[in-house]
Amino acid sequence: MRRASFRAGIRAGIPFAIAAGALAVSFGVLAEPVIGAGATLALSAFVFAGSAQFGSVAVLGAGGGLPAAVIAAILLNARYVPMGIALAPSLRGRWLRRAAYGEAMIDASWAMASRGGGRFDPIFMVGATLPSYPAWVGGTVIGVLAGDLVGDPAALGLDALFPAFFLALLIGGELRSGRSAVIVAALGAAVALALTPLTPAGVPVIAASAAALLGLRGRGSETDPAEEHPEIEGDPVG
Amino acid sequence: MAEEWALVAWLLVTTAVIRASGPVALGGRELPARATGMIALLAPALLAALVVTETFRGEGSELTLDERALGVAGAGVVLALRGSILVALAVAMAVTAGARAVL
Repeated sequence: MRRASFRAGIRAGIPFAIAAGALAVSFGVLAEPVIGAGATLALSAFVFAGSAQFGSVAVLGAGGGLPAAVIAAILLNARYVPMGIALAPSLRGRWLRRAAYGEAMIDASWAMASRGGGRFDPIFMVGATLPSYPAWVGGTVIGVLAGDLVGDPAALGLDALFPAFFLALLIGGELRSGRSAVIVAALGAAVALALTPLTPAGVPVIAASAAALLGLRGRGSETDPAEEHPEIEGDPVG
Repeated sequence: MAEEWALVAWLLVTTAVIRASGPVALGGRELPARATGMIALLAPALLAALVVTETFRGEGSELTLDERALGVAGAGVVLALRGSILVALAVAMAVTAGARAVL
């Protein structure tokens, strides 16, 4: 059962790994001139958090200084706090083991491991994260080494990959879990759109999650535990 | 230590602490039913916000409507027609790159 979950996670994680690899190429291309090859590779290998890496290097590149770059990264990563709280009840074992599951969280694998009614499949999540790691590090290596050949990552449309993938997770999984999910997604999108020009990067996403949840609170929880979350591995992934 | 390695060190520590915080603080505990219901809705809220910010955020903090939006819309059409995720991603890239080349 655990093995089957793990394998299903790996299969489900492969499309995201391909997208992540392509995006990592653009990270390598963009970050290398700012922080050098070694630090660029170290960020991908040891931090493994796309938006925080892009955000902090962009701040440094714009002359924002180290404290501002670190704060940007913390804000962009802050969504992992509510994500981790959501994951926590599904985790067993000692704190070190639970922390290790937390380290395996990335947006896509966390969302794909959601099983409805607030439950998560942590083994599936680890499997779904796994293909992204070599893709992320390998893509960064290619970006650093072949920056001149790749040219401008924007010209290849690489920056459209992440939003398109998040849209796929939303349409293919979350929105099928009921009317509440559709309402919350619409609210979340509206709040993020409104706050993007007003707040530092990272804040709109956290605020949107909180506002969407609070907005629904008055209506009472409509989530029907019987409405099982559709398994993402049932989606055509290739 | 040079600034770039300080950045690596800071991000390594802060990211690891943030990712572990929820599971370490609350691991294995059953949350109240109301909290569970709200947590179940966290994923759609977060994903929708990520779609919006990754599509419309410009270089600074301003809202930008550029070729990315066309690419993401193309992916949306593929997904609405129940096409595969990989086809949707390929369409997003191709439409964005194509629009940038033409416009």
